Amino acid sequence: MTDLTTRYLGLDLRNPIVASASPLSKKVDSARKLDDAGVGAIVMYSLFEEQIIHESLELDHYLTRGTDSFAEALSYLPDAGTYATGPGKYLDHLTAVKKSVSVPVIGSLNGVSKGGWTRYARYMQEAGADAIELNLYYIAADPSLTAKELEDAQVELVEEVKSSITIPLAVKLSPFVTALPNFAKRLCDAGAAGLVLFNRFYQPDFDLDNLEVTHNLILSNSDELPLPLRWIGILYGKVNADLALTSGVHTGADVLKSMMAGAKVAMTASELLAHGYNRVPAMLEEMTQWMQSNEYESIRQMQGSMSQQAVKEPAAFERANYMRILGSYRDLP
Amino acid sequence: MAKRQMVTIDGNEATASVAHRVNEVIAIYPITPSSAMGEFADEWSARGKKNIWGTVPLVIEMQSEGGAAGTVHGALQTGALTTTFTASQGLLLMIPNMYKIAGELTSTVFHVAARAIAAQGLSIFGDHQDVMAVRQTGWALLGSGSVQEAHDFAIISAAATLKSRIPFLHFFDGFRTSHEVAKIEQLTDDDLRLMVDDDLVRAHRARALTPDRPVLRGTAQNPDVYFQGRETVNPFYAAVPGIVEEAMQKFARLTGRYYSLFDYIGDPDAERVVILMGSGGETAEATVRALAAQGEKVGAIRVRLFRPFSVKHFIDALPQTVKSVAVLDRTKEPGAAGEPLYQDVINALFESGRTNVRVIGGRYGLSSKEFTPAMVKSVFDELAKPAPKNHFTIGIIDDVSHTSLDYDPSFSIEFPETVRCVFFGLGADGTVGANKNSIKIIGEETDNNAQGYFVYDSKKSGTLTTSYLRFGPKPLQAPYLIAPNTSNFVACHQFSFLERYDMLKYAMPGGIFLLNSIYGVEEVWDKLPAEVQQAIIEKKLRFYNINAYDVAEKTGMGSRVNTIMQTCFFAISGVLPREQAIAEIKHMIEKTYGKRGEAIVQKNFEAVDATLANLFEVKVPEQATSALTRRAAVSANAPGFVKDVLGAMITYDGDLVPVSAMPVDGTFPTGTTQWEKRNIALEIPVWEPDLCIQCGKCVFVCPHAVIRHKVYDKALLPKAPETFKSTEAKFKEFPGMAYTIQVAPEDCTGCTLCVEACPAKDKTQVGRRAINMAPQPPLRESEAANWDFFLELPEVDRTTLTPNTIKNSQLLQPLFEFSGACSGCGETPYVKLVSQLFGDHMIVANATGCSSIYGGNLPTTPWSVNKDGRGPAWSNSLFEDNAEFGLGMRLTLDKQIEYVREILPGFTSILGETLVHDLLSANQSTDAGIKQQRDRVDALKGKLAGNPDTKAKDLLSLADVLVKKSVWIMGGDGWAYDIGYGGLDHVMASGRNVNILVLDTEVYSNTGGQASKSTPRGAVAKFAMAGKGISKKDLGLLAMSYGYVYVARVAMGANDQHTLKAILEAEAYDGPSLIIAYSHCIAHGIDMAKGLEQQKLAVNTGHWPLFRYNPALTLEGKNPLTIDSKEPNTPLEQYVYNETRYRMLLQADEERAEMLLKQAKHDIKSRWQFFQQMAAMHYDGGNGSEH
Repeated sequence: MTDLTTRYLGLDLRNPIVASASPLSKKVDSARKLDDAGVGAIVMYSLFEEQIIHESLELDHYLTRGTDSFAEALSYLPDAGTYATGPGKYLDHLTAVKKSVSVPVIGSLNGVSKGGWTRYARYMQEAGADAIELNLYYIAADPSLTAKELEDAQVELVEEVKSSITIPLAVKLSPFVTALPNFAKRLCDAGAAGLVLFNRFYQPDFDLDNLEVTHNLILSNSDELPLPLRWIGILYGKVNADLALTSGVHTGADVLKSMMAGAKVAMTASELLAHGYNRVPAMLEEMTQWMQSNEYESIRQMQGSMSQQAVKEPAAFERANYMRILGSYRDLP
Repeated sequence: MAKRQMVTIDGNEATASVAHRVNEVIAIYPITPSSAMGEFADEWSARGKKNIWGTVPLVIEMQSEGGAAGTVHGALQTGALTTTFTASQGLLLMIPNMYKIAGELTSTVFHVAARAIAAQGLSIFGDHQDVMAVRQTGWALLGSGSVQEAHDFAIISAAATLKSRIPFLHFFDGFRTSHEVAKIEQLTDDDLRLMVDDDLVRAHRARALTPDRPVLRGTAQNPDVYFQGRETVNPFYAAVPGIVEEAMQKFARLTGRYYSLFDYIGDPDAERVVILMGSGGETAEATVRALAAQGEKVGAIRVRLFRPFSVKHFIDALPQTVKSVAVLDRTKEPGAAGEPLYQDVINALFESGRTNVRVIGGRYGLSSKEFTPAMVKSVFDELAKPAPKNHFTIGIIDDVSHTSLDYDPSFSIEFPETVRCVFFGLGADGTVGANKNSIKIIGEETDNNAQGYFVYDSKKSGTLTTSYLRFGPKPLQAPYLIAPNTSNFVACHQFSFLERYDMLKYAMPGGIFLLNSIYGVEEVWDKLPAEVQQAIIEKKLRFYNINAYDVAEKTGMGSRVNTIMQTCFFAISGVLPREQAIAEIKHMIEKTYGKRGEAIVQKNFEAVDATLANLFEVKVPEQATSALTRRAAVSANAPGFVKDVLGAMITYDGDLVPVSAMPVDGTFPTGTTQWEKRNIALEIPVWEPDLCIQCGKCVFVCPHAVIRHKVYDKALLPKAPETFKSTEAKFKEFPGMAYTIQVAPEDCTGCTLCVEACPAKDKTQVGRRAINMAPQPPLRESEAANWDFFLELPEVDRTTLTPNTIKNSQLLQPLFEFSGACSGCGETPYVKLVSQLFGDHMIVANATGCSSIYGGNLPTTPWSVNKDGRGPAWSNSLFEDNAEFGLGMRLTLDKQIEYVREILPGFTSILGETLVHDLLSANQSTDAGIKQQRDRVDALKGKLAGNPDTKAKDLLSLADVLVKKSVWIMGGDGWAYDIGYGGLDHVMASGRNVNILVLDTEVYSNTGGQASKSTPRGAVAKFAMAGKGISKKDLGLLAMSYGYVYVARVAMGANDQHTLKAILEAEAYDGPSLIIAYSHCIAHGIDMAKGLEQQKLAVNTGHWPLFRYNPALTLEGKNPLTIDSKEPNTPLEQYVYNETRYRMLLQADEERAEMLLKQAKHDIKSRWQFFQQMAAMHYDGGNGSEH
């Protein structure tokens, strides 16, 4: 019997395929389908710092605007209900998801600045989350902001979030870090029990007809796998945290590669969004078959087996790797 | 028994809180100032709040007050305890049912926030004209005079109606009581249970219609018995006074609050007595106590039960010593021997033999006119005169009929222990909301009595609000504003108001003045107008300054300075210890905003915490030094009437306008907004000629007609001010001319719709358009000069222009300008467009609603005139009858044209065949054609001038009707879909040539966002708190069913050219036309700058498909229906969830929101398919019949 179980953030998972933060967790029904399909855990869609703050401010703005200004219309909208602005609704939903699935549920918090919003990590814990994933999503556009200042702030943020919870905290990173291993180590020192590599950004696009900036989120493909694969491989064994690979996981083979690089779990959403829940059992089957035909007994056995420190040529993960790829090109006839 | 709570609430809530608990069915319709009672009832039922029998009352919104009354009648007849809330015109619409309900001896209570009736002008404010208009219906009329009394009388009347079987109208003064916030003792459910006899409830049910015990009620009676039948009820009426008295006594035993049918207050041996009812009774009572304490032999009778009028109880209440009485009526009955209460008092005295009492009557307080102790004192002084004036007025200056009594405005009975505070705020800054919270804090957290009253502006943008707060240990029987020189505390929350209004006149010597300014404590003094400096020095005011804008900005509060200024008030006034005050403010913030999420609460907390470090007392110099002075209300060039009369209203001195200055019949000059420079925009648009493509879209969408373009002769440019911008005109009709887009800097509201509409972007920097916003203050003076120059440039010659493109249409002078509509209003661009296209020959019938308020609310009005003195003639009849009103206008024109056509040929010998022929056959489909006809009419007038023939005189007096007149019937969806639909339908069916413009905001905007039948499925509105569960009525489809009505659905933000085309076609169509115009609205809860974008989304999602149905096409064998928008191509979510009205349901009840969204999508799909099929039908010529 092939053992697919893994352990991530202290949670025992039945297999390493984790549904990453995506709209798939926005409905209890679809979360249940993920569970039924066989994922090892579910990361909830993200609760954004902006959502926590702005939904409340926005609702207040529109319920208040124009009120008490004109004698006939002292208000324009009824205001009797209690509103589930982003956070409240998210927490209720998290509880509902948690109650209806058998696998661990990881709450996801997305933001960059310190402040009152981070208490929502605790609220997620209280709502039933088994762990928290903190997504550090920040585009450094200010030329006066140094890398150190930014990293210091993010480390402090991780400390702040960690101090408010007792469940494990994973931090989801951007690949755009000058000295990733050092930053990763600092995050672990600050309390991160897991590192999730890497987040994907909404990318701007231009609408030429209207000369406007638009935003699209394009689903990933397997070509994106090598980047996190490299960094998982490099970080494995060098930081005191469970590693999770996300971006570009589309097949059972991608999951196996992730494990071998050193990840405890491989996260996917694009594949499921594009091709449906039944991709989970298909990927698991593909993994099982490969493991059986290659006589692997368990996932744990392979985890880190092709990390930088485990392979014959550690330089393959570094600059020499670049040279080698170039060298491998043949002159075309 | 549960303990009674002290609560600080307004009269509407106090009344509704009882009514909701003692009824089973509530049928409502919004009307100011009673709307809030219905809203409370609806809200409580929606939240599952139960009545005293443990069941949730059923609340239904009807299409009109007439409908509400009919529904109430039906519910009563079938045995439900039923009520409604209304006022003014609404009550008038209930009259027919009120006769029925009374004639059938039916127990019910209507709660009325008494309001003026529209006569020479509409007024939303309080008096007893509406109540007096139903005094003959057979209802008992019970009047309360304060918030506590409104609460108490609501249950006393409920108890009495069940016992007596006579229906009760419980009324209190609109605004003064309905909107006053006061500390009252709230009755518990147990109190109500003790007052309402369940046996009587069951008896009420037992009288109900049921097939189990069938009876017939509502026969037609004939001369033989109707009279006798009418007399059967007398014993029931005779019993009412005793029943009410009994209920009042029972109530007194329960609560310790004693009321009588006629409450006498004053010296037991009084010689002079005033008699009145309503809130004025509070003022009279307090004044009498003060005067009697000084030894004056005076008294007052507060009439509680006005109908049935108990002569016995009245006479018993009037001391035998009384020599003269003054009866004060808060109503006007022109032509009567006296007002109603006056006549009743005379009658009572006469019938009881007290003929030795001299009686005078007077009118006071119409339309919430102030009624103060000084006025009461004046009436007593008058009574002491040997020949007192009868049929007097008090509170105005009547220099025409000389009815008014003088009074000494400085007379005051205010207790020195009472603290009085006046706050001036900007509508948008939250001042009123904060003060409502403050008065609640004071009322509920201290032993003080507390009172808050709030006065609002007549405009809907950039408005001034005034808050009057009183608190202190003494009772507050003061239903009148705080008088000049008596306020302990005056706060100005908006610095720019200092240059417009004299606020410090309210401050008492040694009082406190708190100012919010953008200046620091060191510099603020020099920024004050001289008059303000002088007042601070003379009155020795303690002057505090805070830059609350800065605090608000830094704490993320934006422009809302409310909690900051509230914190300042508590810190300075010392009403509570500082720490406790801050804790209470925070508690109230949590209570008010908590349900909207934690972040808003935190932001407010931060603002409170940051306030005190920024609050400073200003060292007041000994002398005023400022060179700045207060600005005049209107331009120096304004006509005398505008300066003297409208100007006085603008500066809040309208109370001093004498009767002689007012038009006798409600007729006012148009074009007066141009003189009131409100100067409310923080930013204004600035034109970049190098980028501009001269498309005219910015001008087209401007809701306030403050951005305009012109083509003109370049030779005029040398006289232009230095900063005036100009470029080469790009109009094929006007080669070689100059072109300018100009903004009116002091009229703009800064809404940015023009910027949003601008399609021209800088190729090197796409964020820059041909129109961009820039701070107004540095541009104000120069652009004002440019605007003046621009106005002097000649308007385009209409006869040379075809207005079928946006850019051409916008060269036409708008004859609707600078209205007081909301900044970024979605309605006014349509109104303005119609005024541009047809303004010089149009008559407007305008339904009551937003458009009648921004179109006709004093002081200044936006309908304007061109240089020839022509422009739209405008009138508002009512809410419910506007289509019929407009049809009447059309019928006059049609009849007069017919008459002129009949008599004109008789003058051929004088006028010549050619002129007569041309006059009768003129083609007036273009401006050029209209101009030619005007010339012909001028020629006719010239030839007939002085002709003594009667027919010639007739022809002269009517000749102008030969020039085309365009009749426009305008209003909102509340009118067109609901209250006025029956009339609208009939007018369309009439086939007459009228143009109907429905400004469809999908909600009752003017009365504050109640659902109409136009409200879409899934949208939240008042009376549809759970999101409207049924689909929007398809008014267009209904109109199309006639086959001969031109119908168009337009949305200018989606397709401006389509809007223009539809309006031109509608007007050209010789028959009824209906244009349904999507109008984004503040009640949608959107960023108003994105209103046009929302219109586009409404169309692209299929929520608002564009179409035109032109019956003229059927004559050509074509299908009259053209669908002008593409098949829905955008998910509905992308439109609806930009709007709070939809999003709040998602946040409150996601499951229901999703269900309604799904249904709404289905609505869209099926409607689209239906329209597609209709548009694809084959027509084969003639008569609109299909083969």
